[in-house]
Amino acid sequence: MVVVLAVLFSVSIATPWIFSRLGRPTFYLLAAILMAAFVWTLSYIPAVLEAEQGAASGQPNAPPAEIFEWIPQLGVELAFRMDALALALCLLISGVGAAVMLYCARYFPPAETAAGPFAAQLFSFAAAMLGLVLSDDLVMLFIFWELTTILSFLLIGYSAHRVFARRSAIQALIVTTLGGLAMLVGLLWIGQLAGSYRISEIMAAADTLTGVAVDIAMVLILLGAISKSALVPFHFWLPAAMAAPTPVSAYLHAAAMVKAGVYLVARFAPGFHDSTFWLPLVLGLGLATMIVGAYRALRQTDIKLVLAYGTVSQLGFLMMVNGLGTEDAALAGAAMLLAHGLFKAALFMVVGIIDHETGTRDLRVLSGIGRAQKPLLVISVIAAASMAGLPPLFGFVAKEVVFESFYSYALHPADTVSPVWGWVVMVGVVIASALTVAYSARFLWGAFAAKTDDDGAALPATAFRGTPDAVFLASPAVLAGLTVLLALVPGPVQALIEPFATLFDPVAPEVHPTYLALWHGFTPVLGLSVLTWALGLGLFWLRGRVTSEARAVPAALDAERMYRATIRTLDDVAVWLTSKTQRGSLGWYLFIILLVATAAPAGVIAFSGQVWPGEVIVAEQPMQIVLALIIISGGLGAVWAPKRFMAVLMVSLCGWGIAGIFALQGAPDLALTLLLVESIVLVVFVLALRSLPSGIWTQNPTRFRVGRALLGAAFGLVIMCATAIAMGSRIHEPISLEYPWMAYEVGHGRNIVNVTLVDIRVWDTFGEITVLAAAATGVASLIFVKRRDVQRRQLHEVPTGSVGRVLSDKALSPNQIKEVEVARSFATVAREAWLVAGRTLAPEHRSIIFEVVTRLIFHAIVLLSVYLLLAGHNTPGGGFAGGLLAGLAFVLRYLAGGRYELEAAIPFSAGALMGWGLAVACFTGVLPLIFGGQAFQSFIVDLAIPVIGEHHLVSSVLFDVGVYLVVVGLIVDVLRSLGSEIDVRSEQENRRSSTLGHGIHAETSMGVAR
Amino acid sequence: MTLNLTLLVVMGVMMAVGIYLLLERSLTRVLLGIILISNGVNLLILQSAGRAGESPLVRDGMDAEEYLDPMPQALLLTAIVIAFALVSFMLALIYRSWVLARQDEVADDEEDRRVAEAVGAYDPEEDAEVSTETSEFIDELDPNTGKLRTSEYVPEPEQDTADEGPASKQAEQKEGRK
Repeated sequence: MVVVLAVLFSVSIATPWIFSRLGRPTFYLLAAILMAAFVWTLSYIPAVLEAEQGAASGQPNAPPAEIFEWIPQLGVELAFRMDALALALCLLISGVGAAVMLYCARYFPPAETAAGPFAAQLFSFAAAMLGLVLSDDLVMLFIFWELTTILSFLLIGYSAHRVFARRSAIQALIVTTLGGLAMLVGLLWIGQLAGSYRISEIMAAADTLTGVAVDIAMVLILLGAISKSALVPFHFWLPAAMAAPTPVSAYLHAAAMVKAGVYLVARFAPGFHDSTFWLPLVLGLGLATMIVGAYRALRQTDIKLVLAYGTVSQLGFLMMVNGLGTEDAALAGAAMLLAHGLFKAALFMVVGIIDHETGTRDLRVLSGIGRAQKPLLVISVIAAASMAGLPPLFGFVAKEVVFESFYSYALHPADTVSPVWGWVVMVGVVIASALTVAYSARFLWGAFAAKTDDDGAALPATAFRGTPDAVFLASPAVLAGLTVLLALVPGPVQALIEPFATLFDPVAPEVHPTYLALWHGFTPVLGLSVLTWALGLGLFWLRGRVTSEARAVPAALDAERMYRATIRTLDDVAVWLTSKTQRGSLGWYLFIILLVATAAPAGVIAFSGQVWPGEVIVAEQPMQIVLALIIISGGLGAVWAPKRFMAVLMVSLCGWGIAGIFALQGAPDLALTLLLVESIVLVVFVLALRSLPSGIWTQNPTRFRVGRALLGAAFGLVIMCATAIAMGSRIHEPISLEYPWMAYEVGHGRNIVNVTLVDIRVWDTFGEITVLAAAATGVASLIFVKRRDVQRRQLHEVPTGSVGRVLSDKALSPNQIKEVEVARSFATVAREAWLVAGRTLAPEHRSIIFEVVTRLIFHAIVLLSVYLLLAGHNTPGGGFAGGLLAGLAFVLRYLAGGRYELEAAIPFSAGALMGWGLAVACFTGVLPLIFGGQAFQSFIVDLAIPVIGEHHLVSSVLFDVGVYLVVVGLIVDVLRSLGSEIDVRSEQENRRSSTLGHGIHAETSMGVAR
Repeated sequence: MTLNLTLLVVMGVMMAVGIYLLLERSLTRVLLGIILISNGVNLLILQSAGRAGESPLVRDGMDAEEYLDPMPQALLLTAIVIAFALVSFMLALIYRSWVLARQDEVADDEEDRRVAEAVGAYDPEEDAEVSTETSEFIDELDPNTGKLRTSEYVPEPEQDTADEGPASKQAEQKEGRK
């Protein structure tokens, strides 16, 4: 079964390609393949009929099944099973499918190009439908179920350029998916309750599954069936779906897809027809649908809609009989299912031919077709008579046993319900059947009769564009022929579906099972049939030939209008909510988000029992409180600070305080790293913001200060409570208790934090340095518009004192000139060069002391950073701290000597540095793989170097070298972007603005450059 | 576990102040708010290490419990460096915004504002009245008359908007020609 399904789906994937080669004859191929599937299904008959239908897969007498593991953790399997019910439906799906494909070969114009995807969708629908009935796993069932929904959506929307088709497609999708979602919940629920997702096992255990939970799960499953099979109140999507091409209507919306709901009911009925809400829902909604559909079919002027509402009516009928849950009803239901598939598909095909040949389906226009198109008329009369339940046709045979089963259900009422209901259903079914006779007659009359207009004059006979050839007529003819054949020889069908019926008990012990036959004798049921014919024909005579537009249904009862109003309201609410929460101000969005993030946990904290920590201390030592006060005042200062740099300093104060707390708590690595980071951040801040005005002013002052303050305080409180609760709830030992020995024995290092970074959790670190490289690239791309690492002039080409000379002397006031002169006198070029590029700076921007100090400590710092890197494995330090320290050394060089100094200090591109860093880190990861180890596995190399002595080199130190390079690259990149490049830009800007007479930016820039 | 009130309070204050600044319009303050929030989170992670302990450098004769939990420390170390990269990136953003628009503020989203001002959600695709069609072949030539068969659906001008596909345009043009 799996193989067949896989082949079918593969064919559907290849179909567009085949279609582009073969064109319209592709449909012959597809019909042949489905015919082969039909024959394949027939080959299962002996095995299926001998098997005991209820036996679980795996038992010797179980029906054929195929089971593959899929998600064993969830109990989901690729389970397929061919039992009698599945077999009957497979025959219907593949048989009618083949007929529809053949019909398509004439329905579409020879040169239609859009039909390739259409053919693929239609074919994969057949495959999905087969999968649906063969699935023996709830999850598989749902997947195929939704697959048919999506394919139905695509097929209805075939004429995508028409609003009506698009809207109908969406409507069908929304309605059936709504039911499908409810069904999913129900399926998962029942699967959990039963402890298995295997349908056959659930059915075997159905007797033990009782209770409210099962009842509710069944209601949810029924909801899926009801929406799929277009029962009231979801019936409206099916008539609208008639926007689809007629082959689709014939296949999906008459023979196959809408039967999925009926199939589901038939599938679950053996075990669950006695669940509390089953019969009220199935019989109540089924009866309502049957009568509403049949009544509205009588009022339609479009012959396709007559059939569509007829289908709605018949689906209600099918649902009732398949859900009734007696032995007779099961037999009748399956028979009726097949009968309906045959006659309704044939009738739709006839409508398609008429539409195709005349260009209209309006029965007020069509006239006289019966006289001209005899073969079509014969087919239609047979199929419509079968629909009306006239002998000697299969529709009659099936309807007889349906009446029989409802009759005996009414005669033998269950103890729990009032006997009245059985008769109510019986009467309702008879009335609806009479209506069915009436609309069948109306269909024939509407499509074929010669009519007169209101004045009594004969309408002109509708001409056919051509004569439908044998291929076009073949499919409906074969289906109609089968209707006759199966009525005369009902034995095979009886044999096929009888095993399924044996799953049910008879309605009462003394009732003998009924059987399919044209003649049961003079029974009350035959009388009922005759009654429906008489009533139906009378009704047709009185009301059936009305051609006036159907009277509008009251708005409160029109399900489609209600649906649209619901969707409309949903849209309106969505827009309203969006306009309230997302009104354009990003700050407001954040406010809403944070408000929810505060309120939700606060609610949980308030309304549930909490574990507060038993042990509380104020502080580890008094020093912690002092640091805490510093940090808090830094934070408050950042809010208060009117100037940008003041605020930045305040935030740095927080950072330094936290570094102190780290140190006191026993985390030297953290303290070291944070101190270095805070220093660099401060410099970077100043560099980046120097061209912005120094005051934090804004054009739109933020309102709502109190609200923000309250939200901040509330959020702080909530997170404090959450932290306290989390600390109180902790019961397990930390996993890191194993880290010390792992670090020493496996990672060969004493610094546990460092070994964690470069060995135990090395993948994290590897990810992190990648992020660093990405962030650095982001910074560079924001500042350098074209390309980064532009090769500037060679150092010797740069004129002395040219960098940072922002204003020509003419633009300065006399006082400023004096100041500048004094400054210059301390920095003449004649002095010894402490830095290579020191001379390039404008004299007023040089600081000799700074240059000297930089000169003295630069190399020491770089050496220290290398020491931190190498020693970090055993003592505080490591790649991050080392890299940051080295970066700080370059920051010094840049600040003391300007951008040319930075270039001289590190003549590599930052990108190359980071790339090499990543490459080295990657290399340490890959290297152990070559020697058969795991990625990033550490190993130790013992070196005995003559003078230096014996050394152990741990491979993970090499990884740390990679980290070091990436961090240095990051800082150099940031310096070149936010430092050098902004220098260049603001100098250009200033030169431009000083010639124009503006001085604002010059001032800010000069102030910072010192 | 033992709760350290000082750390708890400092963390709460960092979060509170950070959120206050985060909701500002000035980009610089927003960035400072983010830094303060990340400070708060760092303290939160630090607290999960428990009470103060020995620095996590393996020494002989020391129990594993005596060290300050190294796991949160490793997390913190990466967090600190990542925060630095984030700050640099945001600074570059602020600079860019200043250079391009002379603006260091969070601007309003005009598109959202327009959505917020729109009343109702009328969509002709969904809500316009459309009469049903009585044939699938309305786009084709009628063999009897040689004319186009038209649908009863005549598009209103307001429906003839961007949400109609090109195919529909074509169909309408065809109809219009007739």
